[in-house]
Amino acid sequence: MEKVLMKGNEALAEAAIRAGCKCFFGYPITPQTELSEYLSKQMPKRGGVFLQAESEVAAINMVLGAGATGTRVMTSSSSPGISLKSEGISYIAGSDVPCLIVNVERGGPGLGSIQPSQQDYWQATKGLGHGDFRLIILAPNSVQEVVNLVSRAFALGEKYRVPVMLLSDGLLGQMMEPVEFPEISATPADNSGWAAVGTKMEREHHIVNSLYIEANDLEEQVKKRYERYALIEENESESESYLCDDADIVITAFGATSRIAKSAVNKARAEGIKVGLFRPITLWPFPKKQLLEATKQAKAVLSVEMNMGQMIDDVKLALDCKIPVSFYGRTGGVIPSPNEVLAEIRKLNGGIK
Amino acid sequence: MTYEILLAGFGGQGILFAGKLLAYCALFEGKEISWLPSYGPEMRGGKCNCSVCISDEPIGSPQVLEPDLLVVLNGPSFDAFIPSVKPGGKAFVDCSMIDAKTDRTDIDTFYIPATQLSEDNHLSKGANIVLLGKLLHETGIFSFETVRKALEKNTPASRAHTIDNNMAALQLGADYAG
Repeated sequence: MEKVLMKGNEALAEAAIRAGCKCFFGYPITPQTELSEYLSKQMPKRGGVFLQAESEVAAINMVLGAGATGTRVMTSSSSPGISLKSEGISYIAGSDVPCLIVNVERGGPGLGSIQPSQQDYWQATKGLGHGDFRLIILAPNSVQEVVNLVSRAFALGEKYRVPVMLLSDGLLGQMMEPVEFPEISATPADNSGWAAVGTKMEREHHIVNSLYIEANDLEEQVKKRYERYALIEENESESESYLCDDADIVITAFGATSRIAKSAVNKARAEGIKVGLFRPITLWPFPKKQLLEATKQAKAVLSVEMNMGQMIDDVKLALDCKIPVSFYGRTGGVIPSPNEVLAEIRKLNGGIK
Repeated sequence: MTYEILLAGFGGQGILFAGKLLAYCALFEGKEISWLPSYGPEMRGGKCNCSVCISDEPIGSPQVLEPDLLVVLNGPSFDAFIPSVKPGGKAFVDCSMIDAKTDRTDIDTFYIPATQLSEDNHLSKGANIVLLGKLLHETGIFSFETVRKALEKNTPASRAHTIDNNMAALQLGADYAG
């Protein structure tokens, strides 16, 4: 197929339609606007539903409703809007309903700024609502990877009956790159065992619900869910290593920031500094084993993020504090530059014995 | 070959469109590309800029901080970005909008009265394309034929008549000796 130039937000929307997404429920917010704009034009023409709800809270509960029927469904928002959706996300996770939630992150906290950020790492990976639950979190770093991960998100969600979040940011959303759309399956996984689509008076009711009156019943449900989480951790973690084999210093960075880090790695390599880049593609499950492998010979690790230091917690946990981990980041919507990262690399390189 | 290009001016001067044309030219020639707009209230006339990276290699950071090529259409952007041009780089300045001159001698600066030229030739709002014409003439990155293809791809049928106007603006820039 011919390559086209598209913004990350538009490419995500097109990829969702091609992946068989039939319903979008959302509420407008910058910098994800192009995504819902694209779907508002295309969904009705291509056999889907686009609905702008009265609020984020309404939108996420519509996602729960449509998802309960086994329909491929999504919503998208940006940081403050995701906070509003977090109650519904907890209900979705507690109801074992697969769906796709997109967060095109912007600066926070509060209303913050509309510029790119990665300040929602903690929220996405650890606290997307109340209760014991997880989402699979996918963090692409190019427009093409956005496209590739959308169909994967739907498939993973259905395989494990969990909601999946695609964590983008203002930079990836607004940027245009060449992209192609691979042939993919747009057919949802078999959901005949749970989807609430009517019994035709031929079977027991399927009940999609997150309320349990008996504590023991709830504990049992949560534990069952955690068995699936264990499988996800075992099978679905994904990452990319760049020039890590001989690296004294390994940078960890995800999403858009990993591209800035990669530019810095190339500059440092040109100066003869042995530095590599480790990029988690799944933020949950965090690719612990792959990080250990990539840092086998490393003497220092530097976590570079567009926040005040959030993923660094998972990096330290994965490394069990065996290698010193330092941090460099910009926040509030400010994008770090490759030269700033290069300066940190030089500092670390000077300190390595 | 890698070109890091920054285009800057006011919202409404066609900064993003000029960047898009370059990006499409690169697409037709099978290059790696990124196109990154500044975004916010720029559509209402604020400062606006657009980073375009064109390379044979995969592109890392899409933000152009030290451009090889700078296109500027207003004073604030001139002040902000002229100091950031890579030594040996080229700057294309609309001197109908910008009175200032740079004292940098390590870059080639071209002063083109692009807004004036386009108005004199009844090609209003063509300053962005005039500057693009000069840029292509001085660098030879893409042929005019490729730009025409990019224009055709990015012009809705209802505005097809603007393609010839834009080609004329491109030629004006290329022919301007200054």
